[in-house]
Amino acid sequence: MPHIEIRKAGWLTTVQDVGRWGHQAQGVSVSGPMDWASHSLANRLVRNPVQAATLEVTMGGLELAFGGDVRFAITGAEFQLDLSGRIVPMNRAVDAVEGSVLKFGLRQRGSRTYVAIAGGVMVPPVLGSRATHIASHLGGLDGRALQVGDRLPIGETLTEEDLAFPIAVRLPEDGARVRVLPGPHLHRFPPRSWETLRSSRYVLSPKSDRMGYRLEGQPLPQGSDEELISGATVAGALQVPASGLPILLMADRATTGGYPILAVVISADLPLVGQLVPGDWIEFISCTRDEALEALRKLMHTSGKPAA
Amino acid sequence: MRIIDAGDACLILEFEARIDPEINDACIAIADHLVGLGMAGVRDVVPTFHTVAVHVDPLRVDRTALATQLERLAASPHKARTARRTSHEIPVCYGDEFGPDLVDVARFSGCQEDEVVRLHCAPVYHVYMMGFLPGFAYLGSVPESIRMGRLGTPRLRVHAGSVAIAGLQTGIYPLDAPGGWRVIGRTWIKPFDPQRHDPWLFRAGDSVRFVPVSRTAYLAAVAGEPYRASH
Repeated sequence: MPHIEIRKAGWLTTVQDVGRWGHQAQGVSVSGPMDWASHSLANRLVRNPVQAATLEVTMGGLELAFGGDVRFAITGAEFQLDLSGRIVPMNRAVDAVEGSVLKFGLRQRGSRTYVAIAGGVMVPPVLGSRATHIASHLGGLDGRALQVGDRLPIGETLTEEDLAFPIAVRLPEDGARVRVLPGPHLHRFPPRSWETLRSSRYVLSPKSDRMGYRLEGQPLPQGSDEELISGATVAGALQVPASGLPILLMADRATTGGYPILAVVISADLPLVGQLVPGDWIEFISCTRDEALEALRKLMHTSGKPAA
Repeated sequence: MRIIDAGDACLILEFEARIDPEINDACIAIADHLVGLGMAGVRDVVPTFHTVAVHVDPLRVDRTALATQLERLAASPHKARTARRTSHEIPVCYGDEFGPDLVDVARFSGCQEDEVVRLHCAPVYHVYMMGFLPGFAYLGSVPESIRMGRLGTPRLRVHAGSVAIAGLQTGIYPLDAPGGWRVIGRTWIKPFDPQRHDPWLFRAGDSVRFVPVSRTAYLAAVAGEPYRASH
């Protein structure tokens, strides 16, 4: 069976698939890719089903050796890439021969790169998914980030239809303007919080990870001192703790939370948010549900399918 | 009762914002019913204290139709009710290194540590919701006098099996995890075990009682000796 071997793990490299859906009622985080569009696209390029597991490489630094002749594709954040002395193009299928080594070099744009290999990364599924959730030690390889020396088996090649249309990958240039819908607790906030959110620029704090992004900037006042009873969360939820500085919930979010949610980033803009790096700016613009769905339809057309 | 959107991929049915077993039972029953329907495009159904969140693929599920269905279910939750409630008895070794915050809870309550233990073991708790970590059950309600709030600074690591209090809620940490609840004891019972045929010990709607056990009994059980309830 072909495999890949990790020579350098980089800052944070995990195995991800479309996510561990169906167990949130038991407190299981969905996890999955931070940029689902790039994950889907990488799979589609090597003719994998979108559910296949890929590697999510955060801020590069990865070096891996191919144990077998395999076809792979790299999408998402742009890096200089080298395959045993050859430059590797992004966003297209590339053939690697047994023993060749893929190295990530300098970063150009974005934060998270996806490596799909024809056949998919075959770690054992846990609760129906191979996605790594580090906080609960689930999925991936022993529920953890990849390390030097790890060997990951690659599955049988499956054939999905070829992509028949040009590819559009959206990556932030030092920041991103993202669309939001009003959150479930909008009524608890004074109107000026919604106004402030839409007229301010926030900066992604270094204290950001796959669970959530802490944003720095204009605080968002809360209208009510009354404590909220904990309820469900969603990816893209902009929750506002007492400090007024919002936290944007991402792929590894807890299933429930107790902070009021002022706004929610639309599904189609989550991949772009997933590509931000600490220090990048983020601005929020409101949109309608119809616009959100239209944007999602468009993105799916160019990248494959969304999670689940 | 109202229906609220949480972004483009989640619809929430919300009842009156109260921690009330009756409201909560309705949420659990509606969630069970929805899961049973196995609707295409529904990714997850999550009952909470007073809401039911339905996570969907928005391109496959019609929002209006789902909202109408939720409204109909909310109007007659008893029709949706399913009978599936388990009672659990959880042995706990309280205090010392297993319950580093027991001393503070006793001080907060103005009573002895064994009185805190007695009070914590008195109620039959209701599992209001699962969340935070895989298999973590939000149990209520803790007797009023021992309702101590969260730690000012959460611990970076709370040991798996820790039994803890946060205000009127109590729960068991299923995994080693960071946490701010007041840890008063520990159990060897695993709320979540991915290797088990049924990984989940608790489900929303179940009931739970805590039973104090000695340090000797705890250590014997951890060492693999069978535990026999004796009370």
